[in-house]
Amino acid sequence: MIRSNIFLVAICSILIIMSNYLVLLWVPTDSVLGLSQKIFYLHVPQGMLGLGGITIVMIGSVGYLWRREDYWDKLAYAAAEIGAVFITAALVTGILWSKAVWGVWWTWAPQQTLTLILWFIYVAYLMVRAYSPTPSHGSRYGAILGIIGFVDAPIVYMAAKWWRDVHPEAVVGPLSESDSLDRSMYTVFLVSLISYGVLFAYLLVERYKLLRLNTVLEEIRYDEE
Amino acid sequence: MKIKRPSILAIVTKDVLVEIRSKEVVTPVIVFSSLVIVLCDFVFDPGVDSSHVASGVLWVALTFGGILGFGRLFGMERENGTFTGLVLAPVGREILLCGKIISGFLFITLVEIVMLPVFSLLFDLPIFLPWLWVIVLVTTAGFSIIGTIFSIITVHGRAREVMLPILFFPVAIPVIICAVQATQIVLSGGSWNQVDHLIGLIVAFDVVFLGLGISMAGFLLGE
Repeated sequence: MIRSNIFLVAICSILIIMSNYLVLLWVPTDSVLGLSQKIFYLHVPQGMLGLGGITIVMIGSVGYLWRREDYWDKLAYAAAEIGAVFITAALVTGILWSKAVWGVWWTWAPQQTLTLILWFIYVAYLMVRAYSPTPSHGSRYGAILGIIGFVDAPIVYMAAKWWRDVHPEAVVGPLSESDSLDRSMYTVFLVSLISYGVLFAYLLVERYKLLRLNTVLEEIRYDEE
Repeated sequence: MKIKRPSILAIVTKDVLVEIRSKEVVTPVIVFSSLVIVLCDFVFDPGVDSSHVASGVLWVALTFGGILGFGRLFGMERENGTFTGLVLAPVGREILLCGKIISGFLFITLVEIVMLPVFSLLFDLPIFLPWLWVIVLVTTAGFSIIGTIFSIITVHGRAREVMLPILFFPVAIPVIICAVQATQIVLSGGSWNQVDHLIGLIVAFDVVFLGLGISMAGFLLGE
């Protein structure tokens, strides 16, 4: 596995090391939030990729229901697993940042609420796949849930926004003094986003290949019987 | 001339007849929802102004009760061995799904007709408010749609009693949020202008997920 993707592994490793160096040592520390602001370079890419994951799940789900080809189903399944990891990381880093900035672990801000609900949708998808009576049921029902989960996400955000918006437009931190990040911070943010994006892609490819191999193995075993 | 009964009506009539004879959905859900309301009454400080917690208590009771009801919709079919017969019926899958959604909506509405007076009694709040009933009915429609869809998904799997709430709650969150907020506003004497956007979101949710359910009915109830 690693041999066949050595190029992707190498690029991913270099980018992650570079990103860590830039975040920890190069980028200036925010004058108001201090060191805690550096979680921003991990948390936001993780959240964005978590959202990207549910989008890939939806694409795979639609593809599977439309074409009934196994590779669409395995794409959705792999994206759900990797997306769940990233959204969990986004939740954890978000909780740490929330405590550092606002003094509370959880604020029920719309973004936080959406991240939490998205986590539950990922978990529900993985449970449907695990608890279905047969693999074909799991694929079909998982696909339906993947589409429903994707459609539900913006509705959750709107409802949470109306319910309790205690997350004001940034009045402290790097976004407070202008409508955009400081140039060096923006550069580091982009590097971090690309690093985690490549990591996501690598993990997705590896997991997808494993799932497809599993399917091929089952087909061979079935033929032999 | 004999008028052919629409298939949806046949499905709903079948479910209503079964319920009248077996009493497996409405009665237990009424009892359970009442218990949840009573429990919440003990949980919250009696000194707290009830109108602040009442809307939340109401929707917690209806949500948990609704979960039980939707689980029984297809659970009964599976237990009695009639699920296959239902799927083999010579009607479109969309008809089957819509029939079940309407059955679920009717049962839970019956529960609410009993529960809302109980709720107003225990919390000393007005109940004959037209906008409250509008909120309750559109929210129940949303619950019925996603409850029926997820009931089909979980009916054959393992840990089905736990899986239905796990699927239902994350997706129903926006409806619950809007219903709680709108109910609180109406119980406090608010006007239509204050709740129209909330009811609008619930109705949009209902329309979107009904459309999704109908378009995926073949995959839900196939094979």
